[in-house]
Amino acid sequence: MANKTPRTKMPEQDPVKRSTNFLEVALGYTVEDAKKEALRCIDCKNPKCVMACPVRVKIPEFIKQVLNDDMEGAFDKIYEDNILPSICGRVCPQESQCEGACILGIKGEPVSIGALERFVGDYGIENNLADTSVETEKPQKVAVVGSGPAGLANAASLRRKGYQVTVFEALHAYGGVLNYGIPDFRLPKDIVRKEIDNLKTMGVKFVKNVIIGKSITIEQLKEEGYEAIFIGSGAGLPSALGVPGENYNGVYFANEFLTRVNLMRSNSFPLSATPIKIGDTVAVVGGGNVAMDAARTAKRIGAKRVMIIYRRDKESLPARLEEVHHAIEEGIEMNLLYNPVEILGENYEVKAVKCERMKLGEEDSSGRRRPLPTGEYVTYDIDSIIVSIGQKPNPIIKQNTSGLTTHDWGGIITDENHMTSIDGVFAGGDAVTGAATVILAMGTGKEAAANINRYLQSK
Amino acid sequence: MYKIIDKQTINKDIDYMKVEAPLVARNAKPGHFIILRVDEDGERIPLTIAGIDGQNVDIIYQKMGYSTQLLGQKEIGDTVADFVGPLGKAAHIRDKKHVVGVAGGVGAAPLLPQLKAYKAAGSKVTLILGARSKDYLILKETYEQFVDNVIYTTDDGTFGEKGLVTEPLERLLSEDETIDHVIAIGPVIMMKFTVQVALKHNKSIDVSLNPIMIDGTGMCGNCRVSIGGKTYFACIDGPDFEGHEVDFDGLMRRQSYYKDEEHQCYLRLKDGK
Ligand SMILES: Cc1cc2nc3c(=O)[nH]c(=O)nc-3n(C[C@H](O)[C@H](O)[C@H](O)COP(=O)(O)OP(=O)(O)OC[C@H]3O[C@@H](n4cnc5c(N)ncnc54)[C@H](O)[C@@H]3O)c2cc1C
Ligand SMILES: Cc1cc2nc3c(=O)[nH]c(=O)nc-3n(C[C@H](O)[C@H](O)[C@H](O)COP(=O)(O)OP(=O)(O)OC[C@H]3O[C@@H](n4cnc5c(N)ncnc54)[C@H](O)[C@@H]3O)c2cc1C
Ligand code: SF4
Ligand code: SF4
Ligand code: FES
Repeated sequence: MANKTPRTKMPEQDPVKRSTNFLEVALGYTVEDAKKEALRCIDCKNPKCVMACPVRVKIPEFIKQVLNDDMEGAFDKIYEDNILPSICGRVCPQESQCEGACILGIKGEPVSIGALERFVGDYGIENNLADTSVETEKPQKVAVVGSGPAGLANAASLRRKGYQVTVFEALHAYGGVLNYGIPDFRLPKDIVRKEIDNLKTMGVKFVKNVIIGKSITIEQLKEEGYEAIFIGSGAGLPSALGVPGENYNGVYFANEFLTRVNLMRSNSFPLSATPIKIGDTVAVVGGGNVAMDAARTAKRIGAKRVMIIYRRDKESLPARLEEVHHAIEEGIEMNLLYNPVEILGENYEVKAVKCERMKLGEEDSSGRRRPLPTGEYVTYDIDSIIVSIGQKPNPIIKQNTSGLTTHDWGGIITDENHMTSIDGVFAGGDAVTGAATVILAMGTGKEAAANINRYLQSK
Repeated sequence: MYKIIDKQTINKDIDYMKVEAPLVARNAKPGHFIILRVDEDGERIPLTIAGIDGQNVDIIYQKMGYSTQLLGQKEIGDTVADFVGPLGKAAHIRDKKHVVGVAGGVGAAPLLPQLKAYKAAGSKVTLILGARSKDYLILKETYEQFVDNVIYTTDDGTFGEKGLVTEPLERLLSEDETIDHVIAIGPVIMMKFTVQVALKHNKSIDVSLNPIMIDGTGMCGNCRVSIGGKTYFACIDGPDFEGHEVDFDGLMRRQSYYKDEEHQCYLRLKDGK
């Protein structure tokens, strides 16, 4: 049953050229490409790919519609389960989800499900296909905290049911990490904007510059007649390395670095008023998507030498495969099996980073081999260093909401219905799971919406 | 968009502004601050809430560079693009008998709601208000309405005592046994030396730290400060902190990291873009 036809490659910008611009790296399929790739799917009776997708996109069905030239049908089919196909097609870690389970992957290459989904999603945006209809208007008001993928998915599902939904966002722009975290060269911001515009058309209200817990508390939302509340406040709080020198100038958390560039547009400074300064040689600590994004962004704003410092080996890098591949193509150095132990500076400014060489030991609880110290050190001269070793849920809501229970590490505790310890208050996305993925956040937002619907109906 | 309801020029460098922002006004307490963006390309700048009046929020800002100058060009009836808050932890109003507030320059604005809160809580309140020269002493009349004592200092001696705020503080702390707490808000260098004086006399002291900020919600980490070897985020853990162990030198260095870039931006404004 193996399919020997190779995958249809998506054209990409040349690595040398693209490492100096913020335009999208992967250029997308043409109709011909899409149909050629769609032909590879063998339309399994019991599709493994679907089970491996957190929101169960009906993959073989939409692929068949692509093949039949029914792009509209394909779009509608995806949209039933996933309201952000253009985004997920671009940023899902497909190799560990849908594509990782595709039957063709056993003997050959899996179907490029992500690329196809992106193609269909973009076709939907270009042709305004999103179904913005609402079932029957209902009077109940629902508040959604945060406009990241969890909040957006939740708001869309509830609005579709007819509820009066308002999304409150702390920042001055919507989209959460899709907007301030993931850079343009992976996810152009006008795609995020258009997907959000669809929700506005549907009748979801968006209010920016409101910090729930500060501007309005959860209790006050209830007093104002919001009968259910969904918290999708994400995992924005950066984790520190905990090594000496971490507060020197030139030490950035990835969030600050990416926010300056993506949200505040410091790459067009001084036309935008927020500056950024990284110098010629930049170290990025970490091996996830955030680290790859930071490294590739550093290159694009002019760093000559950018190195990833990661304490495990290449196979353990948690980033999407495609991002690692793109980063290497763009000339990012991979200093693997190194762990920073001290940031050296002069006059509160970074000059170098001292790293310990690591070796891999036994498997730990995560199933990966544990990095062990070797007692050998190397020091790299650098001008700045970007720390990207993880994020924890933001504490503002917890600190200002009595009765909301959380784990020690900050994650909001929810029951099997996604309800928190407070009646009528639900939560999902990174705020509950800790830093995860776009599609998992959307999935919980959607599931929570189904539960909120049930909750409001039985009230 | 947030409408400017009132604006007054306090002196050549400092303006007062009243902005309509009901969702900020609603839960604001002394010590809280806001972050605003003047326009769509603007940077996010933090300013302390100097007062609340119904749906409106008062701010007092010193025109330091690009963004505050741009704000200063706005007039009554104009709008600013973004205005979010209340941010930070409300000031911790301690149970104290006699509090000395020390303000340097525009620091008089953030100190005002805190000293008022101490007065309302029953503390005796003494103010030391310092500035470069007479024209830069702000909120004089407002403070005089409620404080028990006031001492003015100017660097050039044009009003009050000639010299720095630390001199009368040193004197007060030596002479007046009833003083049991100090609050200092102003330039970092002033807070640094004020803390040294308080420490010498074994008095507790609170300071208000003003590192560069972006989001103000604990997301970026730009605002981190070192206190007693531990790292805090000024926007969610502060901005007010117990002053004894603050690394003021580190804060000063972090504040000036973008000096050259800020100047570049400022020049653009002067040249009319
Ligand atoms: C740089 C980077 C790259 C990534 N790359 C990928 C990738 O390639 N693929 C992938 O699947 N995942 C990726 N992720 C992870 C993914 O983006 C997140 O898992 C996902 O965005 C989580 O969604 P969320 O809705 O839970 O939270 P968020 O996207 O974090 O959104 C939360 C929103 O809530 C707002 N908020 C917070 N507190 C409050 C409050 N009190 N009141 C009002 N609003 C509030 C925040 O401002 C924010 O807008 C990446 C993450 C980062 C940082
Ligand atoms: C919690 C807090 C409360 C504050 N309250 C007041 C107040 O009530 N009145 C007042 O006049 N000032 C206040 N400030 C300082 C004010 O935010 C800065 O003066 C202003 O941002 C300067 O911007 P600029 O573009 O005009 O000047 P620039 O020329 O850009 O900068 C001048 C100096 O201001 C500081 N600064 C620059 N950008 C920022 C930023 N985004 N965040 C913080 N500091 C920055 C830097 O130290 C810089 O060297 C406060 C700061 C903080 C953190
Ligand atoms: S949503 Fe993500 S995991 Fe699901 S099919 Fe699409 S790309 Fe695959
Ligand atoms: S597992 Fe692969 S071949 Fe089978 S339906 Fe899914 S995409 Fe098609
Ligand atoms: S300003 Fe971003 S974390 Fe404090």
